[in-house]
Amino acid sequence: MNVFDFMIRNRAEVLQLTLEHLTLVAIAMTLAVVIGVPLGVALTRRRALERWVLGAANVIQTVPSLALFGFLIPVPLIGGIGGRTAVVALTLYALLPIIRNTYVGITGVDPAVIEAARGMGMTDGQLLWQVEIPLSLGVILAGIRVATVICVGVATIAAAIGAGGLGMYIFRGVAMVNNQVILAGAIPAAVLAVLADVSLGWAERRLTAR
Amino acid sequence: MDGVVEPAAKAGSVIECRGVWYRLDGGGHDGSSQGRALLSDVNLQVERGETLVLLGRSGSGKTTTLKLINRLLEPTAGEVLVEGRRTSDWDPIRLRRRIGYVIQEVGLFPHFTVERNVGLVPSLEGWEMPRIRARVAELLRLVGLEPGQFASRRPHELSGGQRQRVGVARALAADPPILLMDEPFGALDPVTRAELQREFRELAARLGKTIVFVTHDVREALLLGTRIALLAEGRLVAIHSPGEFLRAPETEVKAFVSALGIGELELNP
Repeated sequence: MNVFDFMIRNRAEVLQLTLEHLTLVAIAMTLAVVIGVPLGVALTRRRALERWVLGAANVIQTVPSLALFGFLIPVPLIGGIGGRTAVVALTLYALLPIIRNTYVGITGVDPAVIEAARGMGMTDGQLLWQVEIPLSLGVILAGIRVATVICVGVATIAAAIGAGGLGMYIFRGVAMVNNQVILAGAIPAAVLAVLADVSLGWAERRLTAR
Repeated sequence: MDGVVEPAAKAGSVIECRGVWYRLDGGGHDGSSQGRALLSDVNLQVERGETLVLLGRSGSGKTTTLKLINRLLEPTAGEVLVEGRRTSDWDPIRLRRRIGYVIQEVGLFPHFTVERNVGLVPSLEGWEMPRIRARVAELLRLVGLEPGQFASRRPHELSGGQRQRVGVARALAADPPILLMDEPFGALDPVTRAELQREFRELAARLGKTIVFVTHDVREALLLGTRIALLAEGRLVAIHSPGEFLRAPETEVKAFVSALGIGELELNP
């Protein structure tokens, strides 16, 4: 049986798992942006913290994803079996590229522009919203885009801790030694990743058009 | 417009440095134990309407002095007074909006049009849009740029000289009584530089602003300054009018004046 026959026959389930997958990614990415961008901005104001925060985010990034999901299971409140744990793990993974790009983007703004802005009497808030964020938007969005693509991929592992998503097919296929079933999870996941990349790339170009 | 400023306006100097020290790392103690001193015991006064040129070699403390005036830096010891008030007593935002600031790299906002760049301080001050528009057009004409042609351009569509003209217009936007200029013409080609220097001299005379102008170029200092203050290694060596400067006895001044002569000697073998 062909993969596509399998997917068409099980289209309700494929759609269901794809939606679960998207939901996990959407929630995790929203959290990661809400936490990561302000944290990246905060680092530009307290540069002494940069080493610590980026260090911590780096360490998280080096933990193998399957292990990270496993580590979170026994943690109270955020851990356990299911979607919540998966969202926490995905958020942690998405943080590094977002924090780092926000920090790098803002510290990369031409110092002469910042000096002129300060010299003209812009407040910290005006400097951030009218100068620093607009001028680093491209770099920040690139970080969000990378994080989203990583997140779509890593979310396949969420199935291992009972959070559903397209990983269900992949794990099931591995257990059944059935490539068709593996592909029925892998192909939609890859398509999602490409779509996320293309659409965020488009948004990036639109928003940073000179 | 800002009631607080009125009493100071009667007093003589607009800007005054009293025993100003500036040290890196802000080490508060005296002596050479901690933090290199970028400025050592600088005393000077800038009178209303004059153009004081701060002349000196790289690292002599010119830019540091300028940044102490608009409180981008604060003195380690001593005090800087603007319109009779210590800069530390000014709200830094209010202080800076009363002081136009032009730097060598210009620092135009690349994501804003020329019009928004020039209109920035007025818009921060909450002016109405039509008033900002009119003011921007007036300023662009003042610095020799046709508003219809330039207002909607982005900084990257301008030449170096045009960019610096926009920088000057931006600094003048909210009609500040004081103008600080940090080697504004230093990055321009010699022909454009000479052109802008000439125009700026006329502009300064016409507008009656109090100007502090930093340069390492003696010719520029002699051309633009009503007085020239020479800084060397963080110390104020002398303040002279351009006429006195050429005949002044101080060694450091002579070094600058003779540099002027050497240039001409090499031209005429």
